[in-house]
Amino acid sequence: MGFKHKDIIALRDLTKEDMELLLSTAESMREINSRDIKKVPTLRGKTIINLFYEASTRTRTSFEIAAKRLSADTVNISPSTSSATKGETLADTALNLLSMKPDIIVMRHAVSGAHYFLTQKVSCSVINAGDGAHEHPSQGLLDMLTIKDKYGRLDGLKVAIVGDITHSRVARSDIQGLTKMGSHVFLAGPPTMVPPAVERLGNVTACATMKEAIQDADVVIMLRIQQERQGKTLMPNAREYSRYFGLNPENLKLAKPDAIVMHPGPINRGVEMSSYVVDGPRSHVLKQVENGVAVRMAMLYHVCGGELE
Amino acid sequence: MNLLIRNGRVIDPSQGIDDTLDVAVENGLVKEIGKGLKAPAGAETIDAAGNYVVPGLVDMHVHLRDPGLEYKEDIVSGTRAAAAGGFTSVACMPNTKPVIDNKAVASYIIAKSRAEGFANVFPIGSITYGSNGERLAEMGELKESGCVAVSDDGRPVVNAELMRRALEYARGMGILVISHAEDLSLVGEGVMNEGFTSTELGLKGIPSVAEDIATARDVMLAEYTRSPLHIAHVSTRGSLRIIREAKGRGVQVTCETAPHYFSLTDDAVRGYNTNAKMNPPLREADDVAAVKEALKDGTIDAIATDHAPHHIDEKDVEFNVAMNGIVGLETSLPLSLKLVEEKVLTLPQLIEKMACKPASILGIDRGTLKAGAVADITVIDPAVEWTVAAENLASKSKNSPWLGEKMKGGAAYTILGGKIVYKR
Repeated sequence: MGFKHKDIIALRDLTKEDMELLLSTAESMREINSRDIKKVPTLRGKTIINLFYEASTRTRTSFEIAAKRLSADTVNISPSTSSATKGETLADTALNLLSMKPDIIVMRHAVSGAHYFLTQKVSCSVINAGDGAHEHPSQGLLDMLTIKDKYGRLDGLKVAIVGDITHSRVARSDIQGLTKMGSHVFLAGPPTMVPPAVERLGNVTACATMKEAIQDADVVIMLRIQQERQGKTLMPNAREYSRYFGLNPENLKLAKPDAIVMHPGPINRGVEMSSYVVDGPRSHVLKQVENGVAVRMAMLYHVCGGELE
Repeated sequence: MNLLIRNGRVIDPSQGIDDTLDVAVENGLVKEIGKGLKAPAGAETIDAAGNYVVPGLVDMHVHLRDPGLEYKEDIVSGTRAAAAGGFTSVACMPNTKPVIDNKAVASYIIAKSRAEGFANVFPIGSITYGSNGERLAEMGELKESGCVAVSDDGRPVVNAELMRRALEYARGMGILVISHAEDLSLVGEGVMNEGFTSTELGLKGIPSVAEDIATARDVMLAEYTRSPLHIAHVSTRGSLRIIREAKGRGVQVTCETAPHYFSLTDDAVRGYNTNAKMNPPLREADDVAAVKEALKDGTIDAIATDHAPHHIDEKDVEFNVAMNGIVGLETSLPLSLKLVEEKVLTLPQLIEKMACKPASILGIDRGTLKAGAVADITVIDPAVEWTVAAENLASKSKNSPWLGEKMKGGAAYTILGGKIVYKR
């Protein structure tokens, strides 16, 4: 049973089986990453373009390393060095890139849904590296892999996601992926940052307080708070935010004793998470980054039509 | 032009007529309505058996994009679309380039439509100069130049004091104010209705209360200043409740809705469909039900299309970047006829909302088949089935959410001043 999708844009579009396949491939990819010579010829001769309309360090690097470990050729394009600043439309950029015969375009874009638009224009595979406040499927998958590493399963877990849910593509991918895999997701954030009808997304409970969300949780995922939201209409300031929605060693005690803590990064230390937690024994933040490479290798491999040997 | 339209179901709510009759047209005017009429001299005969014969439809809210934005639409293509959709009269909004805030632009539109158009065009002037919400436009001269109302459609008047003065001043000049009711601070950077769909798609939402609050403000100002007010494209349950209540108290407020607000929900946005992006945005099922309820109980006076043509380059882009609005002139009639099928409206009630009421709200001498009236007549074939396709739309722009969909019903003949301007 192979992977039937040419593109990976949203975990909403994938089935449980699709995600299980990606996760199990990622687990085998991890072995490559621990070798002395970290390279296999699987995608030799394939061309991958990383088209990043938004700044990114870890995601872009992670996709690039993933591609290189599979022997694909990669090209990175970001707006400051591309035609975007000259006012070229996304469609024109895409068509021009397509003429150079890439096999995959990995794109990050500030507009939700931009990747669906892109797939109407190009025939190559498209992987979403984050679109607006919509989804960030590779992050969702690496989060699931990290949780699965710890518990051996995703089914029946209580996962708390705390922070700015409304503007978070990570939250949406986590919710879509985790609930399909059988987890129960509990959300907490100031009501200004929790979107309407969010419980209809799946097995999701929107909590009134952070305490309620993290109580007895197996996993606590903290979201990055955009510093530029301070003093605007969504929250008073970082100080108050941290007081009610920040994770510290004290409130972490509410979660299960061996609960793990995750964060998609980059972290505002002392705002959404205290350094004692970030650097503490429960933190799986760096494991997430490590898993990110394996997950992205699996994504690249499967959209290229790969079959497991 | 002389015509005899025979054996159609003649529906003229302005005279309480709904019967199988003939309509005789002589010299561009309605001569008489009756049974077994003799053809006027040299008359062309139209066999309308099985069809409806109604006063030419009036669309009180369109964007013709002329002058200045002719790459989207112009007076010729826009009125051709109107005629194809069964409309003999349209009122065009002032967000042209330049804005209809002076006699020169209004006169140009009227002159061009008379010379080259396929429908009557009644310009709507702006409330403020350049529609920039700062200074009142010369409403007296706009009225004298042929404008039938004033509106800053698309750019709501933010300042409440200015809106108050606009209502008062317009009352003095005897011209109607049409409000695009949206509180822009609540609209913010929203691109679709705020609700479950926006949550799932990760698109910034426009809350329905943005429309409710602006409607409430303008209705209260109309009441306080004892001035008539028309609310454009109503889409929310909340604004309808406010308008219904105000009407009950005798406030001089009328309103319109558009076919998309009773035909589609924000689910149409799924797939990031830019042809489902407009302002106000498509709402939820509850609002659609409220719009139908308000059509039925008379809270909504008129159906208008908000025909908003945009070039493909402005729609075939990422969702956030796409312009707001859809074309509507050629799909309004079949979509509205569905209301009759669904028993929301009777056929005479529908014709009232698509012809008589918009004409009376704007104070134009249309929307009737009374003897002596200008022979603007629409012959509707309620059974014709057709498919919406870009190549079949008369409008220059093809930004319709119904592309590829089947429609039932449409204009068989559109007659303007006794002259057939469209024949299916």
